[in-house]
Amino acid sequence: MTFDFAQLLPLLPEITLLLGSSIVLLADLAAKDRERTWPYLLTMLTLLAGIVATLYVATDSSEIVMHGTYVRDPMSDMLKIALLLLAIPVFIYARDGLLKQDLWRGEFLTLGLFAILGMLVMISANGFIALYLGLELLTLSLYALVAFNRDSARGAEAAMKYFVLGALASGLLLYGISMLYGATGHLDFPGIAAAVVGHQNDLVLIFGLVFVVIGLAFKFGAVPFHMWLPDVYDGAPTPVTLLIASLPKIAAFALAMRVLVDGLGTLYESWYMMLVILAVLSMVLGNVVAVVQKNIKRMLAYSTIAHVGFIFLGLLAGTEEGYRAAMFYAIVYAAMAAGAFGILIALDTKGVEVDQLEQLQGLNERHPWLAGSMLLLMFSMAGVPPTVGFFAKLFVLEAVIAIDMTWLALIAVFFSIIGAFYYLRVVKMMYFDKPIDPVPLQIGSAARIMLVVNGLAMLFFGLFPAILMTLL
Amino acid sequence: MLASFPLLSTVIWLPIIGGFLVLASGDKTPNLSRWLALSVAVLTFITSIPLWGLFDVSTAEMQFVEHASWISAYSIYYHLGIDGISMPLILLTTFITVLVIIAGWEVIQYKPSSYMAAFLIMEGVMIGVFSALDAMLFYVFWEAMLIPMFLIIGIWGGPRRVYATIKFFLYTFLGSVFMLVALLYMYVQSGSMAILDFHLLGLSLQEQILIFIAFLLAFAVKVPMWPVHTWLPDAHVEAPTGGSVILAAIMLKIGGYGFLRFSLPITPDASNYLDWLMIAMSLIAVVYIGFIALVQQDMKKLIAYSSIAHMGFVTLGFFIVFMILQNQDASSGAILGLQGGMVQMISHGFISAALFLAVGVLYDRLHSRDISAYGGVVNTMPWFAAFMVFFAMANAGLPGTSGFVGEFMVILASFRANFWFAFLAATTLIIGAAYTLWMVKRVVFGEIRHEGVANLQDINAREALVLSVLAFMVLLLGVWPSPLIEVMDVSVSHLLDHISLSKL
Repeated sequence: MTFDFAQLLPLLPEITLLLGSSIVLLADLAAKDRERTWPYLLTMLTLLAGIVATLYVATDSSEIVMHGTYVRDPMSDMLKIALLLLAIPVFIYARDGLLKQDLWRGEFLTLGLFAILGMLVMISANGFIALYLGLELLTLSLYALVAFNRDSARGAEAAMKYFVLGALASGLLLYGISMLYGATGHLDFPGIAAAVVGHQNDLVLIFGLVFVVIGLAFKFGAVPFHMWLPDVYDGAPTPVTLLIASLPKIAAFALAMRVLVDGLGTLYESWYMMLVILAVLSMVLGNVVAVVQKNIKRMLAYSTIAHVGFIFLGLLAGTEEGYRAAMFYAIVYAAMAAGAFGILIALDTKGVEVDQLEQLQGLNERHPWLAGSMLLLMFSMAGVPPTVGFFAKLFVLEAVIAIDMTWLALIAVFFSIIGAFYYLRVVKMMYFDKPIDPVPLQIGSAARIMLVVNGLAMLFFGLFPAILMTLL
Repeated sequence: MLASFPLLSTVIWLPIIGGFLVLASGDKTPNLSRWLALSVAVLTFITSIPLWGLFDVSTAEMQFVEHASWISAYSIYYHLGIDGISMPLILLTTFITVLVIIAGWEVIQYKPSSYMAAFLIMEGVMIGVFSALDAMLFYVFWEAMLIPMFLIIGIWGGPRRVYATIKFFLYTFLGSVFMLVALLYMYVQSGSMAILDFHLLGLSLQEQILIFIAFLLAFAVKVPMWPVHTWLPDAHVEAPTGGSVILAAIMLKIGGYGFLRFSLPITPDASNYLDWLMIAMSLIAVVYIGFIALVQQDMKKLIAYSSIAHMGFVTLGFFIVFMILQNQDASSGAILGLQGGMVQMISHGFISAALFLAVGVLYDRLHSRDISAYGGVVNTMPWFAAFMVFFAMANAGLPGTSGFVGEFMVILASFRANFWFAFLAATTLIIGAAYTLWMVKRVVFGEIRHEGVANLQDINAREALVLSVLAFMVLLLGVWPSPLIEVMDVSVSHLLDHISLSKL
């Protein structure tokens, strides 16, 4: 069998990332300054090169390479660009926060880039093997990152929890994959899809499906597989939480699309009800429990769970519109989460992480621009127009109503009212209360500008959502 | 040339962009911000006058239409247009905003530029609500209203402002999300987001009832109707004067407007089917809330409850129509109900604005809204007392003031439907007079019992200007309402023709 190098061309983004992260790893050895300017710049350069590479190989058609394990299609191009683009602010914010906590080490850059590489692989996986490899590359990097602050007992505990439960979920996923393999004899998604036709009621298939959905729900953090999420968000250093909360949502969406739609689309009748249950439970529990949180990182963790419910709503519609809506939601959510955690990082002072709601008090007097940015992010999360979060919810609701499940839309909007309360509370703290500790903010200018851009983007894309939609 | 000029867009976006400019001007030069805000507001008002001047009263078609693609994947358009129902409300908005900016001139010392900016942005968004012809555009404006108001009450409000503003936000949000689901449902049914297409969409009675209830939740909270009115007294009491004025004069009208633009034409059969419920809720608002107003100790609360009672007249006028149509085919009586409701909305916009501004004048001096903190104000503030008494009379529905016209038309319409409804509605003339005049008696007349009152300064030129402009409008509308009725006549009869045909 000869190897055709043209086959490698669609893998250009992944190759770029791999090369880039290796160079960053080496460059970090030489970096002597505390700021690690070179490794940092090289990371940015890698991300930009990744975007360029993705654009370079992007076409309207799809191609399958590497003996059927790898696919490059318009969806993967869009998701990769969104992912790499959002990674830029994530690294900018994270750098600011890690510098303040004296945790700015080269490992963050390398592990972060490897995690992104894992996500790229997941996005383009055309079979369970590639998918699993990408997933493990992502989660292993994240396990290590959660324990990034070696001296923090809470960080270590969170990493441990994440690792144990994550390994369990991976095990469940693998078990499900093995059953699917046993039932169909295929590991690539088109093969599975073809083999499933006519065997929709095969018990082994359904069994495998259940385990796969559980593994997927765990990675998303959907109720009742959400237990790890608040602890990890809370225990990890905020810059790491920022990374975990934002980008992997896009990858998780890709995971769901590849497995459920590309691979098991013919089993829609079986899996949509599972997603309904997961979505409803996530929206109910996420929104209700978030209300009583005093710790803002935990609050945002529970709000993530609620947002995951919305992403599932789009997926379970089972229509093109629904998938597009879910993708829109996942990307918008990643941008909102990046901004919200970025603001928390901006509020950190040397050695002290902001994690209590009260610490946001009077932000409008301390820094009106950041407060305005957070205001837009919070209203966007709550789904109040004219922010883009509203349109994300709108498209998902439309997809659900279009398949005659209006009751589900009613549940969703009802619980988003409860959700609105805790987002409003953040706005209340920032705007209506006096600052308790009016020390000047320590925040780099790049992060400051990026945060304002991030907030204004919520408004801009809320006024012109069509721009974002044509990009997607 | 003139016909193609995007007048509506200008009226919407001029104050919004101006608002952001005012916000950017910062608090270091408060006078600059104030003058900038005033010029934007005045300019917007001037721009809105051609909407009246060039308005064609002979057609019920939408005028000044603008149509542009916005989100083509979901056939959502930037579609604007006004008819005789929305046009007067837009002018009311631009007019009242100017007064609100003037009224907040030196009163607001904390972050004046943000205060002015919030009201300007609010103005543009509210005009957007009145002129949107695309359901999603309408919804975006409708919800966007909440953000500036939330901040206005929360930042510049009274001691319990946080409670009030969160209650306000969640109440209105609760109402409107169900409307969103209803709008999406109709979009899925019709494939179009145009409100006028929804008017023609055939729906079964059961669908209509569910949609009607979804709309009712949204609009009844905004109006507000009994029993979902409880946010209003809290919000009014805690809001700064300008916030109360905008709330009472315009935001409540948006609920009424919603009934005319959505509930009645989209779900005529459900409106017919459930008219008893609406009439009952309206009458309870008129009578029961009137009695509640009677026992209030707080002036702003009293006016807030009086607003609820007066808005009860608006909804009564809108829904009594179905009963009249059933009784006889006297469409002249039916149209009286709709027009009466509309006139009442405009008139209440002026009167409630004036009363809140008057209370604001007192509050700025003594920092108390309690009726018992005053008494004998006429001795130290004769000019103010004259205005106060005049507006109180208008609120009580004295003939010759605008308050009388709308109430009288609605009562007249109610007589065609049922004597007892008209009887109950007419009790407002007694209860309304009782609570308003009793308040005036206790605040304005009598002996001076407090030292603070003895040292009061009469109104200054700025306050006199605002109050006299409003007094003029109240009087004008009271003695010569026909221009207003003429403007809306064709649109209202068109609406009546539409709703008297069953969709089933």
